[in-house]
Amino acid sequence: MARVTAGIDVGGTFTDLLLQDASGRVRLAKVPTTTANQADGVLAAIAAAGSTPAALDLIIHGTTATTNAVLERKLAKVGLITTAGFRDVLELGRRTRPHPYGLKGGFEPLVPREWRREVAERMDARGGVVTPLDEEAVARAVRALLAEGVEALVVHFLHAYANPAHERRAGEIARALWPNAYVTLGHELLSEFREYERGTTAAVNAAVQPVLDRYITRLQDQLAAQGHRRDLLVMNGNGGTVAARLVAKDAAKTVMSGPASGVMAAAATLAQSGLANAITYDMGGTSTDVALIAGGVPEVSAELSIAYGLPIHLPMVDVRTVGAGGGSIAGLDAAGMIRVGPESAGSLPGPIGFGRGGTRPTITDANLVLGRLDPARLLAVAAPVPLQHLRDAFAESLATPLGITVEAAAEAVLRLANVHMTGAIRMVSLSRGHDPRDFCLFAFGGAGPLHAVALAREIGIPMVLVPARPGLTNALGCLVADLRQDAVNTLNRGLDDIAAEEITETLTAQRDRATALVLADAAEVERVEVQHVAEMQFRGQTHLIRVALPRADMARAEIQAAFEAAYFARFQVHLPEIRAVLVNLATTVIGRRRQLDLSALLDPAARDGQALVGERDLYAEGAWHRAAVWQRERLVEGARIAGPAIIQQADATTVLEPRSEAVVDAIGNLRITVQP
Amino acid sequence: MIDALTLAVIQAGLQQVCNEMDITFSRAAFSPVIAEADDRSDGIYAAEDGALIAQGELGLPVFVGTMAHSAAHLVRLIGEGAVAAPEPGDIYIVNDPYLGGTHLMDVRFCRPFFVDGTLFCWLQNTGHWPDIGGMVPGGFSAHATEVEQEGLRLPPVKLFKRGVLDREILSIIQSNIRVADQRIGDIKAQAAALLVGEQRLGEMVARHGLATLRDAIAGIRDRAAERMRAEIRRIPAGVYTAESFVDSDGVVDAPLRIALTVTRQGDELVFDLSDSSPPCQGPMNSVWATTCSAVYLAMKHIFPEVPINAGTFAPLRVIRPEGTFLDARYPRPVSGCAAEVSQRIAEAVFLAIAEALPAEVWAAPAGTSGNFALGGFDPARGAGYVMYQITGGGYGGTAEADGLTNGCSTIGISKTAPVEVMEQYFPVLFRRFAIHEGSGGAGAQRGGFGVHYEVELLRGEAKASFVMDHGRFGPPGVLGGGEGAKNVVKLHRGGTTTIPLHLSKDQGLHLRAGDRVEVMTPGGGGYGDPRARDPALVERDVRRGYYTADQAKALWG
Repeated sequence: MARVTAGIDVGGTFTDLLLQDASGRVRLAKVPTTTANQADGVLAAIAAAGSTPAALDLIIHGTTATTNAVLERKLAKVGLITTAGFRDVLELGRRTRPHPYGLKGGFEPLVPREWRREVAERMDARGGVVTPLDEEAVARAVRALLAEGVEALVVHFLHAYANPAHERRAGEIARALWPNAYVTLGHELLSEFREYERGTTAAVNAAVQPVLDRYITRLQDQLAAQGHRRDLLVMNGNGGTVAARLVAKDAAKTVMSGPASGVMAAAATLAQSGLANAITYDMGGTSTDVALIAGGVPEVSAELSIAYGLPIHLPMVDVRTVGAGGGSIAGLDAAGMIRVGPESAGSLPGPIGFGRGGTRPTITDANLVLGRLDPARLLAVAAPVPLQHLRDAFAESLATPLGITVEAAAEAVLRLANVHMTGAIRMVSLSRGHDPRDFCLFAFGGAGPLHAVALAREIGIPMVLVPARPGLTNALGCLVADLRQDAVNTLNRGLDDIAAEEITETLTAQRDRATALVLADAAEVERVEVQHVAEMQFRGQTHLIRVALPRADMARAEIQAAFEAAYFARFQVHLPEIRAVLVNLATTVIGRRRQLDLSALLDPAARDGQALVGERDLYAEGAWHRAAVWQRERLVEGARIAGPAIIQQADATTVLEPRSEAVVDAIGNLRITVQP
Repeated sequence: MIDALTLAVIQAGLQQVCNEMDITFSRAAFSPVIAEADDRSDGIYAAEDGALIAQGELGLPVFVGTMAHSAAHLVRLIGEGAVAAPEPGDIYIVNDPYLGGTHLMDVRFCRPFFVDGTLFCWLQNTGHWPDIGGMVPGGFSAHATEVEQEGLRLPPVKLFKRGVLDREILSIIQSNIRVADQRIGDIKAQAAALLVGEQRLGEMVARHGLATLRDAIAGIRDRAAERMRAEIRRIPAGVYTAESFVDSDGVVDAPLRIALTVTRQGDELVFDLSDSSPPCQGPMNSVWATTCSAVYLAMKHIFPEVPINAGTFAPLRVIRPEGTFLDARYPRPVSGCAAEVSQRIAEAVFLAIAEALPAEVWAAPAGTSGNFALGGFDPARGAGYVMYQITGGGYGGTAEADGLTNGCSTIGISKTAPVEVMEQYFPVLFRRFAIHEGSGGAGAQRGGFGVHYEVELLRGEAKASFVMDHGRFGPPGVLGGGEGAKNVVKLHRGGTTTIPLHLSKDQGLHLRAGDRVEVMTPGGGGYGDPRARDPALVERDVRRGYYTADQAKALWG
């Protein structure tokens, strides 16, 4: 079936689109994000790709609408109904502070205290009723919150993961009175113990639900007005998509969807490249996202936080964000030590080279001074800045005080930035028992390919992979993403206390529930895959280890053995002395969509081999080199380029350091081998 | 002369080695105190004198200064022939408070790092064990009068000899502590962290070479000292004084006074605590290493960007307060030193420096770890248990904002366990877990709020112990701000309500099923004149029920 499909990702700065038409050809577009109404940017991107909403059979959409709403606190008015004695749980948190040192910084809960109402009810830890639900009180609280103008409601009771009866009943009462669909029950979204994390997850959901619902409705309406006939698919933070009509119910799942889509694109690219292990490295202007793909599967975590005090305990692609990007400011501290970050020039005033008023040298400026970036090709420049201004800034703040050349200072800044990044990458890999040298570095984002080769050398990673369209990876993630639903239940009992049948029944019920949701868009699904996971620990521990269960009907001894093997792989410790506890059972159902042939990302007509387009001066490893400049889009399969060299394309620049060599593989990736 | 880039690269590398040790320790640890609460720290120390080379950024603050003391004692004892000389693969274990420690529960592991057969440095970590024996489960006795009552005291001995765990020493330890079967998990995790450190540091030696590494370590130390001096120069020259009070020592019902004079001399700060109270009978004594560390961590809180190594603290001169309760000698009991007394010392430092740098420093935080331990027998499970509940309190207001609510202890980074977890493991039911209303000290920027919880014993009988503070005096405000609310402990037993004699400290209080313990933790001190507060914020706080209308009127007018 020939169809026209578009992946559209709305990022902080740009709205990116990848469109595959009926002939299999791929078209691209990159337009500025329209902050006031992201839908305008989406329509502009479709137009820029030379298409119309009417011509599209399917749109898969990634949005930062909910992420921005949380970070900027532009949220719905949320009310909470909770167990008597516990209305402050969401404000008290877990006894933390924003930073280990310094007793500063505050926290505002998502639901202010005046909209947190208590009702008499109580379950114990085993789900037994201690105090029956005061149904009248629930109705009174609902009416009072409505009178206050509250738009979304959370019902969150203690131990509802063990017995949700009170939460369900209170939900029925509330839904009968509530004028819209924005009622979130804590256990429905996340049936796990830990009242603060579960409650906060529910509060995030309620706070972004109306925001997301309005945005998606507006977008669908605007698309429909221009003739689009289908329901959208929307990206979730678990790396899968969900039908637009279902997305608002679990809106919190979209909060970290942007970074997840990049990782899913990486996973799809690896699969078609015959590779299994990668560390993804997405460097942007203000931050860098790092994630791990082992055996073809992106690591998943259910313990991520979007900001201080805002954990979202839903299964999501485990993307770690490091506060270092092209805008990180370099300088000397009071004792003359070189520093890069944590201060950032952000996008305003931005790097000096952007001409928006920046005066302090940044990582991007170091790249400009060293000839790694071509100022003429920057997308974000407001007014051209003479290179001498940048050199003067490096001289004043670094080179002169240190008694070194401007080039040496700029290179030191890049090296130190890479050393810091190395730390972050080691944390994501080693702390999970992986040796980074067994992985390739999958570089994308505007700035990832600029630093990737030097960074790989710093860590000892032997190969860098730069995909065909590094600046459009999130849009590609949308285009290739499958449908995906997760279900989690808490058992939290010794493995030897749990009957094998209970495990099988729980997993089977999870599978059935999630499959029904995935098949809500059955036309898109080629085949359904089911993954079961047990989250386990030794008794007395608090951290969880995820153990893959190949089947729902595993014997206990098999689960025990799988857990011990996973534990040893992570910590190199055997603990036969201590009992294993099965904390959570989880099931993921994936509805696989038709695969996109990624070699289509590069236009075959453009690949004429006439790729050598010039040369320029490039400073690397302490010396200026005359480096060849290659045009990425024109490289043919099998082309080999030895560093030092520069490979430029519309959406990114790749720097090949000395002693590295790139080969163009069958689907158009640059595979760069890095000598130590 | 080593170049600036190499210096920065090696500094980041050493930091990373320590961070990886921290992560390994926490993730592999058993005890929630370490795994969840991160009550541990890892670092690298100089071979010749134990001076701090680098320490993990994720470690518990109170250990910033203690482990260097501990390593120095170890070096001295080896030199004197009192402790066996190190061999590759050895790990010394030690928890003696008087040998550079804190309380007995904080157990140090120390592993020599050799390069080509020569000792290059020490890798060391500290982990808070959930029990170390002694008269109360968990080790926080309120009534001990000598250290022997507080638990098992280990001099430096080799728990691992050439990489092999000494089962004999292990069995002595396990015979003297509660819940011993789970400790093997923590011991393996604590040792594994040092092994990771050894591997990573070995890679750095291979990459940079020993000579460069040595030069860089010296250079980094000098730069950190220079950085701290630059910060100190921002403090106007002069003498600053402050005092703070520990409610009581748990045995004699009288407050203990910490008297601090801070003098800026050139680009050094001199901290004099010698007018503080004499040693006390109960466990609120502090050992010298902890007293020093409390000053260091307070300064690190004030100047958080200065990296941590021996140079950082070189310009901070703490005069040893001999003859006071802040320089306890054997056999004075010390279980309150790390958790409580250190926070009172830090408070005195905050109050003194707030005078000097009012725009940057805050009013007093709640400053107590809020330890409540409940030990008993659960008839339904046929087993004994020990439950620990720690709680935070309000932070002080700052020049910019109201204080944080339920912030962690000044010296810690430990989270509390969720109510849903406590009720799964122990025969208790929380009747409330809420904001301590009205507890934030008045000010232009008010203090944050403490916690108000009430927990009921469901089955059997149990004994309750408390080691908290600020029950007699609330955390002070600064620049005209009012003090935060005091810590309150109440026991509701068989229809009557009692308050512990020492307000915030007691032990062995008998509870039966149906009895309740109620705790209200301190709020933070207020910052600045309350009359300068935006009336709209006062009104908002009343609307939210943080204060009653009457309270607000009394505090803000």
